[in-house]
Amino acid sequence: MTRAQDVRCTLRDSLSVGFAAAAMGMAFGVLVTRSGLHWWWATLFASVIFAGSLEFLLLGMVTALAPLGQVAVVAFLVNFRHVFYALSFPLHRVPGAAAKAYSTFALTDEAYAVTTRPEAQAWSRARILWLQAFVHLYWAGSVTLGALGGTLIPEAVKGLDFAVTALFLVLGIEAFRAHRDVPAAVVALACAVVGHVVFGEQMLVAAMAMFTAFLLARYAIGRRRA
Amino acid sequence: MPDPAYLAGVVAVAAAVTWGLRALPFALLAPLRASKVVPYLAASMPVGVMAALVVHTLRHTSLTAPPHGAPVAIALAATVALHVWRHNVVLSIAGGTAVHVALASVVFTG
Repeated sequence: MTRAQDVRCTLRDSLSVGFAAAAMGMAFGVLVTRSGLHWWWATLFASVIFAGSLEFLLLGMVTALAPLGQVAVVAFLVNFRHVFYALSFPLHRVPGAAAKAYSTFALTDEAYAVTTRPEAQAWSRARILWLQAFVHLYWAGSVTLGALGGTLIPEAVKGLDFAVTALFLVLGIEAFRAHRDVPAAVVALACAVVGHVVFGEQMLVAAMAMFTAFLLARYAIGRRRA
Repeated sequence: MPDPAYLAGVVAVAAAVTWGLRALPFALLAPLRASKVVPYLAASMPVGVMAALVVHTLRHTSLTAPPHGAPVAIALAATVALHVWRHNVVLSIAGGTAVHVALASVVFTG
C-alpha cells in the first residue's frame, strides 16, 4: 500500500472514533476555559497527557490545587486498565524504538478498540501508527475547538457524550461477531455489571481483572482436558 | 488561576504515569510472547474490555431517579438494532447518538 492509500484507509477507519472524540473533546475544552485556565492548557492537556477520562478528573484537581503526589496516584488508578491492553494490542507489528514509543504513548481506549477489531488483524505498521496519530489529532483538535469556541454547541443540546458509549458498544458487537463466543460475552457483561455494582469508580480495573481471570481459568481447564 | 509551573508539573506527572502504564506491561510480558496463551487472550479480551468500557461510560446513569435510564436504554437498543441491520460502524454511532440527544434534550427534559 502506498502512503496515500494508508492515509485514506485510516481516515475511513478512524471516522467512528472521530465522532466520539469530537463530542467528548469539545465538552472537555469548554470545561477547561470555564475553570478559568487559558485555552492552550486544554490543548496541552489533550496532546501531552492524552487520556480523556483522566483529563476530566485532573481539571477538578488542579482547580483545588491538589498536590502532585495525589495527581500521580489518581493517574495510576484511573489508567491502570491499560495494563490489560498489553495482552492483546498488536505492538509486535510496530517495529522500531521511536514507533513503539509513540504507539504505547498513544495507546488509548479508542486506539485499542479500533486496532484489535477483526478487520485490523492484517494492518501494517503504518496503518496502526496513522490510526493512532489521527485519534490524537481528533482529540487535541476537538478539545482546542471546545476551549476556543466555548459554546459552539447550544446548551439545550444534551447527551452528546453517548457517542463514546455507542463507539464502545458497536466495537464490542464487532469483537463478539469475530468469534461468536457466547459464554465469554455473557461473562464479559456480568464482570462489567458486578464491577460497577461492587467496585463503583474502580470498576474498570475490577471488571477487566475478573474477565482476564475467567479467560485464564477457561484456558487452563481446556488444556487439561485436551 | 493556578500558576503555570504547578500546571506544567501536573501535566508532566500525569503524562509520565499514563505512559508508564501503557508501555511497561509490554516489557514485562515479553517472556510470554512465545506462549499460546497470549494469542488466545488477544482474541478473547476485546469483548470484555468493551463491555467494561460501555458500563463505565454509563456509571452515572441513575435507574432509580426519573427518567430511570430510559433515554440510555432506548438509545442502546437503537444502536444495537441499527448495527445489526446495516453493519456500518459510523452510521450506528451517529444514529444511536442522535436518538440519545433527541430523547435527552427534547423528550425527557425533566
